Amino acid sequence: MQEVAPGIWVRPGVHEEATAANQDGIANIGFIIGRDAVAVLDPGGSLADGQALRAAVRARTSLPVRYVVMTHLHPDHVFGAAAFVDDSPVFVGHARMAGMLVQRGEFYRNALAEVLGIDAAGDYAKPSLLVEGTAEIDLGGRTLHLRAHPTAHTDNDLSVLDAQTGTLWLGDLLFVDRVPALDGSILGWLTQVAALRDAPARLAVPGHGPPAVPWPAAADAQTRYLGGLVRDIRAMIARGGDIETAVATVGQAERSKWLLFDDYNGRNVTAAFKELEWD
Amino acid sequence: MKALGMAMCIGLAAAAPAWAEQSQAEQADRWRDLKLAVFGDRPVTEGTGVIALDAPARAQDASLVPITISLSAGGGTGGGRVKAVWVLVDGNPSPLAGTFTFGPAADPHTLRTRVRVDQYTLMHAVAETEDGRLFSAERYVKAAGGCSAPSLKDPKLAMSRLGQMRLRVDGEGPLAEGQAASAQLLISHPNNNGMQVDQVSHNFIPPRYIQDITVRYGDEVVLSVDADISLSEDPAITFGFVPHGPGPIRVDVLDSTQAKFRQEFPVTAGRS
Repeated sequence: MQEVAPGIWVRPGVHEEATAANQDGIANIGFIIGRDAVAVLDPGGSLADGQALRAAVRARTSLPVRYVVMTHLHPDHVFGAAAFVDDSPVFVGHARMAGMLVQRGEFYRNALAEVLGIDAAGDYAKPSLLVEGTAEIDLGGRTLHLRAHPTAHTDNDLSVLDAQTGTLWLGDLLFVDRVPALDGSILGWLTQVAALRDAPARLAVPGHGPPAVPWPAAADAQTRYLGGLVRDIRAMIARGGDIETAVATVGQAERSKWLLFDDYNGRNVTAAFKELEWD
Repeated sequence: MKALGMAMCIGLAAAAPAWAEQSQAEQADRWRDLKLAVFGDRPVTEGTGVIALDAPARAQDASLVPITISLSAGGGTGGGRVKAVWVLVDGNPSPLAGTFTFGPAADPHTLRTRVRVDQYTLMHAVAETEDGRLFSAERYVKAAGGCSAPSLKDPKLAMSRLGQMRLRVDGEGPLAEGQAASAQLLISHPNNNGMQVDQVSHNFIPPRYIQDITVRYGDEVVLSVDADISLSEDPAITFGFVPHGPGPIRVDVLDSTQAKFRQEFPVTAGRS
């Protein structure tokens, strides 16, 4: 764990796919300590990941975990929720998260169980505080400002601003070092990140990457990559190019700049092509 | 189908579950049974020279696998023009993704579309030539472990756009009378199988998928498609046609709720 700002702790994830060895600890997760309570920000990728995070909270404070904020529904961020259920926290998510979990939750559980075994997979928790627009949670003299974004990385992205330290917890709205993975709208994602640049924050916690990065400078690489995909795919569509050629050629100039590039770029291009051909 | 409604998830991109991959013998048996079900006892010959099927060996997104079918005019076998093509994804719950029948205004040359692939599977395209013979082409496709992009990223957007179409004719300038041309048709439609969940009510949304597509140039049919749930969301079909007269190109779509959509496109090349 690293304290990236006073009272803000981050456990950086490893840049790997989920394995039994890493227990799906591949995302940046952590917590924020207020005067009276703690908010967990993304409970982790598996039961073990969540338990380790919970132990890390207890090692530093005896204050209750009052909130578990889930930045979005991908398993590497939320399957550790099972480790926090006994604390009876308020599970917080984007208003669209509840419906998507009904639709995909079981699939995620099965897919993660394939890698970790069903007992180790953990489980998501249904959010009881659903955020539409903005919301605030008070940890005692420390207010966290939550924003529910229009479709970007996914269709249920939540960002958190700690005004006290000027720190933005972005979940997968921000990828650093590891190639961004698109599961929402590429145009929406670019728009939301552009809008967040004006937030009163000098530090950001990405969903994947170092535990904290300067803001907004750290968004430049991701914007360049996603913006490049949009530009090149639009040019290809205008020339009558097909999706298969796009997958083979678009984005390749960025290949050496991102980890796990070959695992995700093709899928990003596929998803973006489908979005942009209707644009 | 498992692949439907399934998200891109970071970290779970790896191999398909062990049960998903069948042995070669099982694949061959399944194809034999499928042929029987679709074509009865009509012989289906290996189609080199008549039909070729191209698909990615490993799909980027199992809900959106692009395939290209190349057809030889006359087939090199003297069988005549190809009059219909069947597209089958053997391992899908509903393997017959679509039957494409060519009309008088068609140029049966290259056909492209996108299909859903539920598991590692053989895929087949079968052509019927003018003389009634059947020829097949085959590809093995690895769906990306079922962990693929969801059908509805924004359900509100999908519904507001339902039935809208785009047509892009290849090339520059006006079409030349009687000279073969190519176009890509996009139809906005969720094409779902009933496994989607309504975000608000948490009930299952009833299935709604495209059943028929008819493309005409003027009064002549270019292409008619009998489709099913194995066709991807927002179907995209690239086809050849021979323009006679001023057009326009008219597309009629019927879905499984009996909803009808029609759109006309004036015939100059370029996006419309």
